[in-house]
Amino acid sequence: MNTVATVPMTRAPSRSPSAIIVRKLFRRKLVLAGAAILVVLTLLALFAPWVTPYDPMAMKISDRIQSPRLAHWFGTDELGRDVFSRVVFGARYSLMIGALVVLISVTGGVLLGLAAGFFRRLDGPIMRFVDAMMSFPDILLAIALVAVLGASMTNVILALAIVYTPRVARVVRASTLVVRELLFIEAARALGVSTWRILFVHILNNIASPILVQATFIFAYAVLAEAGLSFLGVGVPPDLPTWGTMIASGQQFAHQAIWLVVFPGVAIVLSALSLQMVGDGFRDLLDPKLRKAM
Amino acid sequence: MTRYLASRFAGMAIVMLLVATLVFFITRLAPGDPAAVMLGDQATAADIAKLRTSYGLDKPLPVQFAYWLGELVHGNLGQSIFLQRPVTQALLERAEPTFFLTLFSIFIATLIGVPCGIIAAVWRGRIIDQFFSGFAMLGASIPSFWFGLILMQIFAVGLGWFPVAGYGDPGVPLSERLHHLVLPSIVLGVVNSALILRFTRASMLDVLGDDHIRTARAKGLSEASVILRHALRNALIPVITVLGLTFALLIGGAIVTETVFGLPGVGNLVVSAVLRRDYPVIQGALLVIAGLYVLINLAIDLLYLVVDPRVKY
Repeated sequence: MNTVATVPMTRAPSRSPSAIIVRKLFRRKLVLAGAAILVVLTLLALFAPWVTPYDPMAMKISDRIQSPRLAHWFGTDELGRDVFSRVVFGARYSLMIGALVVLISVTGGVLLGLAAGFFRRLDGPIMRFVDAMMSFPDILLAIALVAVLGASMTNVILALAIVYTPRVARVVRASTLVVRELLFIEAARALGVSTWRILFVHILNNIASPILVQATFIFAYAVLAEAGLSFLGVGVPPDLPTWGTMIASGQQFAHQAIWLVVFPGVAIVLSALSLQMVGDGFRDLLDPKLRKAM
Repeated sequence: MTRYLASRFAGMAIVMLLVATLVFFITRLAPGDPAAVMLGDQATAADIAKLRTSYGLDKPLPVQFAYWLGELVHGNLGQSIFLQRPVTQALLERAEPTFFLTLFSIFIATLIGVPCGIIAAVWRGRIIDQFFSGFAMLGASIPSFWFGLILMQIFAVGLGWFPVAGYGDPGVPLSERLHHLVLPSIVLGVVNSALILRFTRASMLDVLGDDHIRTARAKGLSEASVILRHALRNALIPVITVLGLTFALLIGGAIVTETVFGLPGVGNLVVSAVLRRDYPVIQGALLVIAGLYVLINLAIDLLYLVVDPRVKY
């Protein structure tokens, strides 16, 4: 105790625990590389109309199926559209779908997980429901939901959000069960803090990190799953240039124009990989056991 | 033990009942009349009315659900609208390619994942570890359908080593049919080896830090014996769990991969059912696959008893 008392207060008051985590996180090369790829992809998506040399929808039959060259970096497709412009615009759709899936599934998963972890009576019913939902392979459940709801961008987002909500709920519940028993929650209760405030301020603040890790992975899974659904023809309408629809329409010309399949695929791999790099680094940082193993 | 088994089976029955309920209500989420949706735009009012009556869609929802559950208990998954035959029969006819594809893929995934995971753990932090860890991360980021298309272009279309697509004619010998599965199995196996590799590595690292490993080394045992006999045997126990998880991933991956390679499996059946809105087939496939997943997870929990004598229920 004496040591603690004599240690001078050297910590800057502005450096909060989350700031320290972020600082440590970005010290990792892997995370830094992942974040850099993500930033580039996001910037390309945001500024797509200014970055792309051509209109992604503009057809020019005389230029059809041209291999990559100076005028068309990634070549052209069967309708003479510029593949580079389509891949960049594809980032808009694919990343937007991924981000919205994350937003909805995290909101739903947090609500379900907090309820299950905090209110003992709700735990059984909610978790059985979550178990049942998780018995379906992701892509199969998403296919079935889109089949029923109808193929559109909104329904793909909704279906994937429904698929990933139970995953978030499971993580949130597990973390809530731990935090619920901590002394500061008891103290908050003793001080008369309302249940809602305890749940959404005190508990949520303390379980934010595992939720963020899960969110990063779900983002990657959603990008992959959306591409899969669109490839199967049960995703977004084929006229929208997402990476999945581009591969789907390019596959019949793959024997003579492999670039139609390669470039959108590389874009999917890059985005999923960068998200997993960030998520992995984050998870390792939070898990001392894994950190030891790294 | 008997009590544990009884409680596990009871839990499984509850989850399966919930799964069945979800499957039933998912197909009822469709906006509008399911009969009209199933028959499409060309259907006449009389056709729709006929389908409604024959599928009991004119009855109240709880009655429909009770009837559906009753049929399920008797193993009747309903009648496919498009294929004009029972769903159970349609699923069984398509089971062979999916079964072998899943089997070969999990074999390949284990064959890659376990040794690479061990090597990564033993030479932790070295170039080889970084290479395998990078490979695992890449594997988890590659869409299997894309990887399949690329491999197909190189090895089937370009080099002609494998058939491009399909599963051979029904009359051809099994070996020839299985030849069609080599490339799809490699695709699924490589992509899914990532998870097994990561788990084996983490589990080996965990065990390699244990006291009994230090003792084994202190006894003067060779490094190979320490790793393969003392560490690996203990490290493989958690890896069994990941095989269950991989199964779920493989089924998902198989649905897409079968479509890429034109394999007439369950995945292909599901995708065509979705495109034709053949709801009984979608329901049946969802139910059977979820049921298999629940059963495999139960089997894995029970396998722990055999593999690890410390585990007692």
